[in-house]
Amino acid sequence: MSERFHSITVTVNGEQVRERVDARKTLVDFLREDLSLTGSHVGCEHGVCGACTVRVDDEIVRGCLMLAVQCDGARVDTIEGVSDRGEITDLQQAFAERNALQCGFCTPGMLLTAQELLATGGSPGRAQIREHLSGNYCRCTGYHAIVDAVEEVAKRRAGGSK
Amino acid sequence: MKPAPFAYAKARSLDHAIELMAKDAEGRILAGGQSLIATLNMRLSAPTLLVDINGLSELKGIRRKDGYLEIGALTRQREAERSSDVARCAPLVAKALPHIAHPAIRNRGTIGGSIAFADPAAELPACLLALGGEVDVAGPAGMRTIKADDFFKGLFETALGPSDVLITIRLPAATAASRAGFAELARRHGDYALVGLAASARKDGYVMRDVRLAFFGVGATPLRARKAEAELEGRALDEHRVEAAALALALDLDPAPDVLASSAAKRHLAAVLLKRVARQIDEPLL
Repeated sequence: MSERFHSITVTVNGEQVRERVDARKTLVDFLREDLSLTGSHVGCEHGVCGACTVRVDDEIVRGCLMLAVQCDGARVDTIEGVSDRGEITDLQQAFAERNALQCGFCTPGMLLTAQELLATGGSPGRAQIREHLSGNYCRCTGYHAIVDAVEEVAKRRAGGSK
Repeated sequence: MKPAPFAYAKARSLDHAIELMAKDAEGRILAGGQSLIATLNMRLSAPTLLVDINGLSELKGIRRKDGYLEIGALTRQREAERSSDVARCAPLVAKALPHIAHPAIRNRGTIGGSIAFADPAAELPACLLALGGEVDVAGPAGMRTIKADDFFKGLFETALGPSDVLITIRLPAATAASRAGFAELARRHGDYALVGLAASARKDGYVMRDVRLAFFGVGATPLRARKAEAELEGRALDEHRVEAAALALALDLDPAPDVLASSAAKRHLAAVLLKRVARQIDEPLL
């Protein structure tokens, strides 16, 4: 129906939620405001900065360029869920050890984006890492430490020591 | 910013989508949404209805058919990037795709959406034009096919009518003689191009045939540089030939300045790209 408000059922971090949403509400606003999952950040709101990166049906997307109403029936995973189930513990540790975050605003998006690259396996080089992270802005670190951290985890995972 | 209010409807079929669009003069089709939702957020556009076609599986998929590659309009850019059929049959598209934004955006952005939106600095409209492809469109009066040369009409304006849905992109499949070249200049990887060039040709012995040069970021639509094409047509691509074609660009292109570059800078960069792409199309694809 052509309505403004819709009921949606979404599986967020493994839990099914049912909410009524305004069609104009973006996915990231829905996560933050309706579900209090504030790990996904709102930066530029037009797809440039990558701070709102979340996973929908296992693929990373811009949370500001998808509407909540479009996620009816979908699986959404945020930094909270991915972090809690231990999927990126090694990556988070490497970020901390390498000073790959300062203010932390970009970090959830950086982690999810890096994890997508790492999950494809192999051992990506620095150029490939930079390219994959090119849609995520960091205004503190100058990126070098972030690339270091991702590269280190890539090597470690490829080496089989997790 | 946040979008102005609008109604939303999920199309159950292609006919349903056309019917919904016909009922609302201010309706917009929502495909990947990677340009549309950004413009909504910035309130550069305020449609009253979004017709979501993402559930229409008949608009997805890549197939080879009768010497052509057919790409369903709703095929995600990321899927096309990973497709061996695209790599083999449309190597120009395969070269262009990594230049579009970033992985998270290509996961959602669609091939048809990029062509229908027709941003003058976007990669895929230029590829469609360079390959001399065509698109199938469904509308209230039925289906029709539109050639790339007739599709792009003006700034963000195409031959699509208000209730039309772009359904298929059809590209001539590459053969052993096909050549493709692609280059663009952007301030950062993933940005829209300052200037870009998508080119296709056929190598016949030592000479080039059917040369098509589609520049983007230099006008209201992707533009063929016909004078430059004529300089290369039926000739071997030696240094003098390429230089002559680069000079001919002065007659083909009259780029308006924008916030990033002056008209003169864009002309200069277009010539630089032509020389780079000429080297690419002189070489076999594989």
